[in-house]
Amino acid sequence: MSGKGNHKDLQGNHACALGAIAAGCKFFAGYPITPSSEITERMSVELPANDGIFIQMEDEIASMGAVIGASMGGVKSMTATSGPGFSLKQENIGYAAGAEIPCVIVNVMRGGPSTGMPTRPAQGDLMQARWGTHGDHQVIVLTPDSVPEIFTETIRAFNLSEALRVPVIILFDEILGHLVETVEIPNPDTLDLKTRKFAKGPREDFKPYGETKDMVPPMARPGDGYRTHTTGLTHWEDGFPTQIPAQVERMTHRLSGKMIKHRQIIESWEAIDCEDAEIIICTIGISARAARQALKPARKKGIKVGLFRPITLWPFPEQAFKDVTKSAHTILIPEMNGGQLILEIQRLCGDAVRLVGLNRMDGEPIEPEEIETRIKELAKIG
Amino acid sequence: MTEQSSPQTVKFYQTGTRTVGNRLLDETGRSVQASTKRANAITSGHRACQGCGEALGARYALDAAMNACNSQLVAVNATGCLEVFTTPYPETSWQIPWIHSLFGNAPAVATGVAAAYRVKGRKDIRVVAQGGDGSTTDIGFGCLSGMFERNDDVLYICYDNEAYMNTGVQRSSATPPRARTATTQAVGDAPGNVFGTGKNLPQIAMAHNIPYVATASVADLNDLEAKVKKATAIRGARYIHIMVPCPLGWGSVACDTIRLARLAIESGLFPLYEAEHGAVTNVKKIRRQVPVVDYLKLQRRFAHLFKKGAEDTDSITAIQHMADFNIKKFNLVGIKEEKTK
Repeated sequence: MSGKGNHKDLQGNHACALGAIAAGCKFFAGYPITPSSEITERMSVELPANDGIFIQMEDEIASMGAVIGASMGGVKSMTATSGPGFSLKQENIGYAAGAEIPCVIVNVMRGGPSTGMPTRPAQGDLMQARWGTHGDHQVIVLTPDSVPEIFTETIRAFNLSEALRVPVIILFDEILGHLVETVEIPNPDTLDLKTRKFAKGPREDFKPYGETKDMVPPMARPGDGYRTHTTGLTHWEDGFPTQIPAQVERMTHRLSGKMIKHRQIIESWEAIDCEDAEIIICTIGISARAARQALKPARKKGIKVGLFRPITLWPFPEQAFKDVTKSAHTILIPEMNGGQLILEIQRLCGDAVRLVGLNRMDGEPIEPEEIETRIKELAKIG
Repeated sequence: MTEQSSPQTVKFYQTGTRTVGNRLLDETGRSVQASTKRANAITSGHRACQGCGEALGARYALDAAMNACNSQLVAVNATGCLEVFTTPYPETSWQIPWIHSLFGNAPAVATGVAAAYRVKGRKDIRVVAQGGDGSTTDIGFGCLSGMFERNDDVLYICYDNEAYMNTGVQRSSATPPRARTATTQAVGDAPGNVFGTGKNLPQIAMAHNIPYVATASVADLNDLEAKVKKATAIRGARYIHIMVPCPLGWGSVACDTIRLARLAIESGLFPLYEAEHGAVTNVKKIRRQVPVVDYLKLQRRFAHLFKKGAEDTDSITAIQHMADFNIKKFNLVGIKEEKTK
């Protein structure tokens, strides 16, 4: 089936590594952790062969730190981990968000909390991905549901990260990480790759965090000749710390403002059979694969059911969701956790529609049959 | 594979096994394992691989510690092979109070456990913390150094198999130069692990001036037991670094585990010594130095050094220099040849 041309049979973790290489990633710092180790292992071979540098660091915190350092040096950088490592990286992710340092973090989710179930899938880090680090901050979270999409979303993660100077987190689970599917590797010339804006013009005028039309200031690499001051303290346009309320206010507003301004390129979703749907399934990742399977048999039974799948989980594609779910009286939310995505749907829908959760936290995926059965029950209740 | 493993040559200075049934040895010289009152801190039935050095090392170390403290022992375990293979749900091999903490925090958790017993005035209860080389030399290093610096009353044992075996053989800072691991593949100009200085944890522990530091090996279990016994009797922070070969990660045959551990000692790559308050107090001498090639050749992780027609003699020489350095530094060779006739 494959092996010919530019098609490759890859496991999700390897597709992620190759996606990063295709996106122009030149630095990876990582630490072994199941079930994401294959990304680290693949990068250890791919990067030296592609003029990049791979370093296995002494722990998860150091890995994230090295990624920040490499990115500040002007190189597209990435790290990969799973739940426990993702927890350890959080302070550094907050720093990257605050100092606006582009970086990509992959979290291959496993059962939690704590060491949990290293070899079992889960979707328990949805809220942690959004709010894992302290303080008001902005990150982008992408949730692919297939191996080919892991490849393309990894490229998109780098593009968004570079374009908006924001940490981008790719969330998938153990099943997708180890699932083997055929991926079309595109010709590198056809890829639309984004690179951050670098500082230009006279040194005296350069403001590392200055106001720009697109709300994303250009970056200066150390050695470019510009004076830069980068800090985790709340800073003003020149990069120096500030506690003046008006400056702090404008600074934090720009951070959220750039996300709102660029919503169109950030948001991504998939809607299947939603036009006339009375019941809409809203889910992500591997659970969306199960939901997809459940659609056909339910439709055959005459049940008007559709699927809304946010590919960009955070910021949540609000408007699209509202438009798509207009005709629905019920929204079914299957997720492999105790109910996290449902909280966001609740926020958006209020009491207008009936919300039903379908949750599994036993280390097993949600089966298509489970979703199908639930749809039939919900259709009966009407 | 099998041709690598030659029959063991008989050494005439051997006094035989120190375990059950050895009539050549005085009872006090026998292993804790030879006693009918042995503690069995880790019982059989666990899921370690065939030939696992860590399973053997942990059993002897923990039983010796149990023996030395009247079985009043609590163990804290970092994440790693030892934790995983001894506790497949819903079973456990541990016959003692045992806490699995996280990957990097075992020394800190043990500090807390020791503090709790101090609060309760239970001087009789001893605390041991243990982990592999990954959790000890890498992710848990900060916590371990803190435990040393405060001189907390914990015996920390590191089972060093020179890589992250539990997650699929990735390099650690205890991985030797040129060894192939999943993240230091045998490809490119400098195949295998980098030629760095490594992280010599026993020496770093000594730099903290803690009461007791020792290195031990599964090739000399009597020596290992004696060191654990001695360490258990001392108050304050103590550190024992045990070399435990890993057939899976090293690419060696299971029956070569002890042979490899012995060759590591006899080549000078892994010196056995004790140190108290920062100074070396005892060195286990070796009879004659074995070339490192004998040790390296038995392991597939070094196979790329011995490619036919393309031997990496530079690397082999450099590794030999590391062994020679240890021989000189610790004055390892010094036993007079015994007449064997």
